[in-house]
Amino acid sequence: MDAIVVEELRKRYKDVQALDGVSFSVREGEVFGLLGPNGAGKSTTVRTLATLTQPDSGRALVAGEDVVRHPNRVRSSIGYVAQDSGVDWEATGRENLMLQGRIHALAGARLRTRVDELLELVGLAEAADRVARGYSGGMKRRLDIAIGLVHRPRVLFLDEPTTGLDPEARAALWVEVERLAAQESLTILLTTHYLEEADRLAERVAIVSRGKIVVEGAPDELKSDLRGELVTVELADVDGGMEDAAQLVQSLADASEVGFDGRLVRARVPNGAQAIPTILSTLDGHGFQVASVTTARPSLDDVYLHYTGRDFATEDEAGKR
Amino acid sequence: MKVFRHTGWMVVRQLRNLMREPIWIALMVIQPLIWLLLYGQLFSRVGALRGGADSYVEFLAPGIICMNAFFGGSWSGMAMISDLDRHVIDRFLAAPASRFAIILSQVVRAGLIAVFQAVLLLVLGLALGVRVHGGLPGWLVVFAASALLAMAFAGFSHGIALLVRKEASMIAAANFVGLPLMFLSAILIPPRQMPHWIEQLSRFNPVNWGVQAARNAIVSGGHWGATGGYLLFLLAATAATSLFATWCFRAYQRSI
Repeated sequence: MDAIVVEELRKRYKDVQALDGVSFSVREGEVFGLLGPNGAGKSTTVRTLATLTQPDSGRALVAGEDVVRHPNRVRSSIGYVAQDSGVDWEATGRENLMLQGRIHALAGARLRTRVDELLELVGLAEAADRVARGYSGGMKRRLDIAIGLVHRPRVLFLDEPTTGLDPEARAALWVEVERLAAQESLTILLTTHYLEEADRLAERVAIVSRGKIVVEGAPDELKSDLRGELVTVELADVDGGMEDAAQLVQSLADASEVGFDGRLVRARVPNGAQAIPTILSTLDGHGFQVASVTTARPSLDDVYLHYTGRDFATEDEAGKR
Repeated sequence: MKVFRHTGWMVVRQLRNLMREPIWIALMVIQPLIWLLLYGQLFSRVGALRGGADSYVEFLAPGIICMNAFFGGSWSGMAMISDLDRHVIDRFLAAPASRFAIILSQVVRAGLIAVFQAVLLLVLGLALGVRVHGGLPGWLVVFAASALLAMAFAGFSHGIALLVRKEASMIAAANFVGLPLMFLSAILIPPRQMPHWIEQLSRFNPVNWGVQAARNAIVSGGHWGATGGYLLFLLAATAATSLFATWCFRAYQRSI
């Protein structure tokens, strides 16, 4: 059975079409990533699935229940870790967890044991009775996750779990999420605008752009769909001959998507190791001096560019406004 | 029932958090006492202002108790804004928390604090020579009046908080409503000494309902029928403003 089924969700805020027909499904026990730049509609999707936001149209089932018709049943089977921490700063870590447990109708010794267990799990056992105001960003995030897990949900939503964390805390959180994915029979839907995060954590990803899913699949599949590698040639001392250089590369049999930028010429080729000698000798033969050559297997960045025709970083920056 | 259980736990949460703020505790205790001492001295020589009480302090004590309760209530929505800013509310909304309990707990919390302050004020009042002529029922009426006043204004305050969602706008709204209501009431002077139009207007002022009830209980120790009427009006006002806050909460939920 699918843990999450989303069909044609639409949501409009005044002048923004936040969701423009989002559809995807997540299998039980899977870690699924919604990947997209800021403002793509990831958070709106998750907020809709967590019953916070009412969709204008479309349908969504979480753990088999309709989010619009039976929101309270959905709420009992999900953990929602919002992009912005929902930690009560003036309460201790333990108090935060106890209250959340009580809201989920846990009580007594069972609740206390569960809370101890979770504090241990997320490494907050020692800080448990300190007020959360004094926690670091990483600690608050881990407390958020523990709050989301207190009632043993079937589906956990992690909305931008590592945004705002320093690299060290981010790496630690990745390990945490991997452990959760392995330990509990838990379906995890995570959103991120970090390509490497989706690549590392998610078994399958859906790329979201401007309120729509543009492509869905395992990260490796998506990347191998692009076929080939990206070759970047840096030329030394060119004055104005860049277009000629790009055309030379273009004329080679296997090169596609050729472009240039400053002193860099980029091309996509089926096999970098085979193509590079030809590229180098051709450029050399026409008097271009090559400073360096690099090849790269396609990244999710390239996947994004390929399917949307837009650059991920530029789109991400624009979405912040 | 779920709504009462959740209200209970949420009230515990709010009070426990407040108990961790030493400055808040100090101000909550000292401020009403200063008001009673200061105003009590200011007008103490004007005999006409006593309105039948043994002393001006005795006349003033129920007024200050009510002023404190309704100010406390009007400002209580600040807690909602901070919970919204910290996304604690969203966290509750994504869980099966009783929606009404989220509002009710804030309103009840404001009422409990007002009652606690009323106790402090009455104890100080006793030291200054105030007598509660209504006896035990009188004490209970004073507590009921302060709790209901605080709750009625807390409902209003939380509605505004949910609509404006910004501290600065919240402060402006609390002042805009609070100060006129204070001067259109019998907190500082008896109705007989007011200009006629203010006296007429004050009859429709919920603050005044509380003041009249508390003053009947402390100063005259009688007029129980009228006092009960005032308390019922306040109860209705509390229900109305709590509904208003609930409606604003729904509007908030629809907007996210």
